[in-house]
Amino acid sequence: MIQLTVNGLVRQFDGDPEMPLLWYLRDELRLTGTKYGCGIGLCGACTVHLNGAATRSCVTPMSAAAGREVVTIEGLSTDGDHPVQRAWKTVTVPQCGYCQPGQMMQAAALLRAKPAPTDADIDDAMQGNICRCGTYQRIRAAIKLAAGVT
Amino acid sequence: MTSVVLVTRRGFLGAMLSAGALVLCARVLPARALQAATGKDDATAWYPSVYVGIEPSGTVIIVAHRSEMGTGIRTALPMVAADELEADWERVRIEQAIGDPRYGDQNTDGSKSMRDFYQALRDAGATARLMLVRAAAVKWNVPPSECTARNHQVVHAATGRSLGYGELATLAAAQPVPRPEELQLKSPAELRYVGTDVAIIDLEDICTGKAVYGIDAQMPGMVYASIARSPVLGGTLESYDDTEARKVRGVQQTVVLPPAKPPYAFQALGGVAVVADGAWAAMQGREKLKVEWEPGENATYDSEAYKTSLYETARSPQKVVRNVGDVDAEFARGGKTYEAQYYVPLLAHASMEPPAAVAEYRDGKVLAWAATQNPQAVQDAVASALGIAKQDVTCHVTLLGGGFGRKSKPDYVVEAALLSRQVGKPVNVTWSREDDVKFDYYNAVAAVYLKAALGAGGKPTAWLQRSVFPPITSIFDVNAVYGDPGHLGQGFLDVPFDIPNLRAENGPAKAHVRIGWLRSVANIYHAFAIQSFVDELAAAAGRDRVEYLLDVIGPSRKIDFQAEGTVNPNYGKSLEQYPLDTGRLRRVIEVVAERSKWAKRKPANGSALGFAAHQSFLSYVAAVVEVEVDRKGQVRIPRVDLAVDVGRVIHPERVRAQFEGAAVFATAVALTGEITAVKGQIQQGNYHDYPVPRINEAPYETRVHIVSSDALPTGVGEPGVPPTVPAICNALFAATGKRIRELPVKRTPLV
Repeated sequence: MIQLTVNGLVRQFDGDPEMPLLWYLRDELRLTGTKYGCGIGLCGACTVHLNGAATRSCVTPMSAAAGREVVTIEGLSTDGDHPVQRAWKTVTVPQCGYCQPGQMMQAAALLRAKPAPTDADIDDAMQGNICRCGTYQRIRAAIKLAAGVT
Repeated sequence: MTSVVLVTRRGFLGAMLSAGALVLCARVLPARALQAATGKDDATAWYPSVYVGIEPSGTVIIVAHRSEMGTGIRTALPMVAADELEADWERVRIEQAIGDPRYGDQNTDGSKSMRDFYQALRDAGATARLMLVRAAAVKWNVPPSECTARNHQVVHAATGRSLGYGELATLAAAQPVPRPEELQLKSPAELRYVGTDVAIIDLEDICTGKAVYGIDAQMPGMVYASIARSPVLGGTLESYDDTEARKVRGVQQTVVLPPAKPPYAFQALGGVAVVADGAWAAMQGREKLKVEWEPGENATYDSEAYKTSLYETARSPQKVVRNVGDVDAEFARGGKTYEAQYYVPLLAHASMEPPAAVAEYRDGKVLAWAATQNPQAVQDAVASALGIAKQDVTCHVTLLGGGFGRKSKPDYVVEAALLSRQVGKPVNVTWSREDDVKFDYYNAVAAVYLKAALGAGGKPTAWLQRSVFPPITSIFDVNAVYGDPGHLGQGFLDVPFDIPNLRAENGPAKAHVRIGWLRSVANIYHAFAIQSFVDELAAAAGRDRVEYLLDVIGPSRKIDFQAEGTVNPNYGKSLEQYPLDTGRLRRVIEVVAERSKWAKRKPANGSALGFAAHQSFLSYVAAVVEVEVDRKGQVRIPRVDLAVDVGRVIHPERVRAQFEGAAVFATAVALTGEITAVKGQIQQGNYHDYPVPRINEAPYETRVHIVSSDALPTGVGEPGVPPTVPAICNALFAATGKRIRELPVKRTPLV
């Protein structure tokens, strides 16, 4: 039995400990804001916070989440008012929107680590998150807006 | 003529409306909307119906019948109707349409949602407004001419009375439907939403993770399937062993799906499906399947050998598809000539959400939720596969996590429906990334040969172009090897040059994979070849690229294709309404040169500017790209400038977003996009071997310069891609002296 916390709620899981966290969140908890994109940690659509660190849930087995705190896009804020979410809306970052929960989770972790990121910091932190619609310049603008460095 | 009829058929809007609501069915028959959309006058072929409803509560309901994959169309088209209706946007509810031919065409591709439905939605909004005004006039017993609709209410200025739309809904529904000539459309100055940046309606849900895509759709009792398919198109199942697969915890059963037969169209490919409690278990089970395939005739397909054969075809005379003057005579004069050939490989869509759908078969009917660009194609394909009637297939449309043309083909929804019938439960089919990349409907591989005879100033006096590519029509017709007119009309036979002798030819190519539409389609290889070739000619002549292209395009004029005997499909639109206007093309070129400071900017060492311009989807786009190449040959793109003329702009912010995105999409095409095959098997499978730009690889900044226009709205989603690809390559030539004739650039060492 694996015990973990998801968005502040204690959860117990007794399935395959090798199952990636992504599928537990999506199929069992119905937290579908976390997306499948590549399944091998290449695209970042599945990014969640694991004990505060941006983590690819598609390659994180449930066993590695045991005893840890998971935060998904649904738990990033209570009503969509995390500075990153507010900036994303102000800049109208999303096009199709599919990768954006992962982008926002990654950006939120970046801003926690580096409250005033440079372009190089943003490149370093965000290059694991693919956006096929090509919203990158707005992602960059929104991160700077959220950081108050624009 | 346009006829607008009020229907009492409340069932169609179904649960969207309550009793007493005004239900407006604007069925726009031939007249302006039809002709605008098709250039044809065929009432039976086209049946657009756009629905507006007004609840007694005052809520205005507008049906979005096109699919949302990031363009903002779910916001922008309803805006058009709301504007004419004088509705308060805060009191508008947008409902996504199911697939139904009564809405008119729902295939959200070809950059045509706005151009095909702008007028229809204006008419729908104006019709409802007039009926509300007349209802108020009846109630007050005053002439309708004394009443005005303003912000969700009708006002009688003389007496200061007003009535809300909700209060008028029931009475308005009883009004006779106005004749089209009675409709008074707003003047541009009266528009309140059109031309403004209304917040896209899905923004909040997207930013909080609540937005529902195809992969998120659920039905009670749903199971999940992962399907092993033949690695070679057309291969058949020889044998399989599911012993280990069925041992995987959560796996329920395996199901054999029959193989698709050519032409493949939108059929399920067939294979062995593992059905399980969850997506992970299904995927794990599939990993454990042991399957042997008989590969079939496409096992001979090797993309390198195929390239050679395309080049060979392109270098010999082929079917003439446009002919002006006498190219051969001009070449025979023995003057200076220049020739080159270009190549673009197969390209995959690789949208972030792979194909995904859930479907339930029950009592001879199918209910599906799908990330689809075309719910009516879902109805057709599912009905055909299951042998049921089209009207017995209900397809709800979720948001799409990217589409780019892939999700116009509903093979994955057919898989879900077939499996549901087999297992007796709703089935979710979610393709893995590898499935998506390996079993795509690829953008065609193409070779383009060009030859020019050069006159004064290096300007061509004769121009020969040959394009060879396996056509999209091959998925519908096994014998199709030549380009169909629609795709030859994408930047090839419509080349807008002022050259007295010009011939376009098209050679045959047999498809060995499924070919499909991908953002800007045939324009990709045609614009790449032609705009690269023009750059080569300008370089050979030692002339400024912008000035040279303007010279080749020639004076402002509307190209008279008919007079020269060329049938230009013109994206299904009449040339009278949407002429190919070189004046508009010249204008975007002039604007991009000015705004990018083309003539003055002096990029640093290792950096350079490149330029190209192209008309597609009836829109005009010119691009200036700055590239930077480091000592290792790594390419960065600090800046892209795009000047765009897309006619009247409905939502400027979403237009800019589409062009910003197109610059990134073009970067993928130019620098890294390439699908290859060995023995018929696709070699790529995920983002490591089919890379798309990341934040540090995409253009750092794309500046979109919208050229203001009051022309009819034209395409937005696709036209940014074609000129940006050659502009990148032309910039790389300027920076390194290396001419890119084969894509992707990664094939050519830059240092």
